[in-house]
Amino acid sequence: MIKEGAKDARLARFLVGGPPLLFLLIFFVAPSLIMILTSFRFPGEFGGLAPVTPEDTAAGEYGLTPEAYQFFFSDILYAEIFLKSFVIASTTTLICLIMAYPLAMLIARSKKRFRNLMVLLVVLPFASNFLIRIYAWMIILGPESGLSHFINAILGVFGIAPVTLLFSPFAVLVGMVYVHLPFMVLPLYTNLEKHDPSLLDAAQDLGANSWQRFWSVTWPLSLPGVFSGSALVFIPVLGMFAVPEILGGTGDILIGNLIKDQFLGTRDWPFGSVLSIMLTLAVLSVAGLATWFSRFAAGQRA
Amino acid sequence: MALLEIRNVTRRFSNYTAVDNVSISVKAGEFFTLLGPSGCGKTTLLRMIAGFDLPDSGQILLDGTDMVGTPPEKRPVHTVFQTYALFPHMTVADNIAFPLKMAGKTPQEIKTRVGEALDSVRLPNFGSRFPHELSGGQKQRVAFARGLVNRPRLLLLDEPLGALDAKLREEMQIELINLQKELGITFVFVTHAQDEALALSHRIAVMNRGNVEQIDEPSRIYSFPRNRFVADFIGKISMMNAHVVETAPSHLKLDVKDLGEVTAAGNADVKVGDNGVMAIRPEQIRISHPSAEPYLKNHFLGKVHDFLYVGDVTTYIVELSNGIYIEALLPNSAPGRATFFEVGDQVGVSWRHDVGIFLND
Repeated sequence: MIKEGAKDARLARFLVGGPPLLFLLIFFVAPSLIMILTSFRFPGEFGGLAPVTPEDTAAGEYGLTPEAYQFFFSDILYAEIFLKSFVIASTTTLICLIMAYPLAMLIARSKKRFRNLMVLLVVLPFASNFLIRIYAWMIILGPESGLSHFINAILGVFGIAPVTLLFSPFAVLVGMVYVHLPFMVLPLYTNLEKHDPSLLDAAQDLGANSWQRFWSVTWPLSLPGVFSGSALVFIPVLGMFAVPEILGGTGDILIGNLIKDQFLGTRDWPFGSVLSIMLTLAVLSVAGLATWFSRFAAGQRA
Repeated sequence: MALLEIRNVTRRFSNYTAVDNVSISVKAGEFFTLLGPSGCGKTTLLRMIAGFDLPDSGQILLDGTDMVGTPPEKRPVHTVFQTYALFPHMTVADNIAFPLKMAGKTPQEIKTRVGEALDSVRLPNFGSRFPHELSGGQKQRVAFARGLVNRPRLLLLDEPLGALDAKLREEMQIELINLQKELGITFVFVTHAQDEALALSHRIAVMNRGNVEQIDEPSRIYSFPRNRFVADFIGKISMMNAHVVETAPSHLKLDVKDLGEVTAAGNADVKVGDNGVMAIRPEQIRISHPSAEPYLKNHFLGKVHDFLYVGDVTTYIVELSNGIYIEALLPNSAPGRATFFEVGDQVGVSWRHDVGIFLND
């Protein structure tokens, strides 16, 4: 009886879990395999891949080559773009964390009936189209914008030459932070909201001032939220191409732009695949590190 | 001079007065209990002593210094919270070390003191555990150790035994008394459990609706409640309307309607003609066969209305001739279910001339 029940439960689990599993298998694993295969092929003359003729096959040639990988490792330029992307992603994550933490704390500690409204306000920008929001920043940061005039007027007082805000790493960073801030606020809020306020009372009662209360109680308990928020910001920023495309200058391209170019501009599919694989490996190792860190933090508790 | 002096403290919230002109003084080394039903203001008072809340008027003095301007972290007062509030991300040792670290003690001293504290709560090998690995009673002990380790002038305890089961609670009560005796730290204990208050305290302040109804030693609170609220709140008591017909230093003569003359304990504050209630504890009432030799005074006849067997004792509810129900307690000192009387039996009810108390309306 018990065994049959367990079998039924397994079947039910399979029926419920099967379709999404199949979906992932078809639309994630299969394309990844195709991409890996593509990365070892020759590019076609007008994009796509070079065909493999029956003669090639007969001669024992299957149109496979490590050329694209060799190309990737032959030029330091690509490593530099990867590094720059990592720097932008880390900086964005850090700025988001510094900006989101006080906000999440404010929401978590405000009255219950205001909290949902405040969370709604945080996610409200998602209601308008992503590209429209980025284009709006083009106007805000543009040379004729009030902000540009204001900043340059102040710089002028100190005798500093006027600056261009748009098409600069600064503009890219502003756009990245703007787009990803809610992804940091939400996990932090979810974490901070669960904190038991009596712990802070206890810390204060036992002699901790507000600074000590934060660093000895609130911060260590919020680390899981910090890690998941950071992963949610860092990983998309690493692959983002729209923001640098619209707000960045010619020198501000990141991995995302490079990959996009290989498929749409240069039309070198194998090299684009190599770049994608490298990005995936980078993201996986970062995600792995983050998981390890949060386990480590949780392990200190457990 | 008293260690803690609460002078005319009032705390109002928008629509009610939580603490109403309360004055209490607690001596150094005392185990003092604030006892009352929920909403009586005892927790508000405790939070004001800890510094989490401020009085609207009045003063709270510690060692003669007004504490109003001192934030909780600067007061030499520590609290054991009802929910323990142990830091979940720290080991037991780190939890206990916390107040010492905040006080800037040296690592060497911290280590020694944490070890001593763990020994004093009988958890010597638990330093490296995390709170979630502890049982309720162990968490409770860690909370005590953390509150006591930096030797505060005053330890506040907010219903610390409330979450424990009855057996464990009794054990912890004994440990708490011993800890307090050993360390000599003044305890202010808040509870709504009257048995706990009676068992633990040197003195009790019974609170009701923001007021202190009576401050006294446990035995006096129990035996000589000052008013109907205290009498009713502490232990079981039977009450019947009465008025005073004669006063003497040693006793009062009361007239209980439809029952007759009753002799009660003397009370200097009572005048002839006062109306009030005659109150008497169940264990002070003797019930016997109607033919048995009664006390000289206060002997009446009644009928067993109901009884409740609870193991060590049996409580009888006896209906007197005037229709009033009175509770009497008989110890089950004989083996088996020592039911001496059945429902409907005629019994004699009597009590000593000096155990009934008259309480003015």
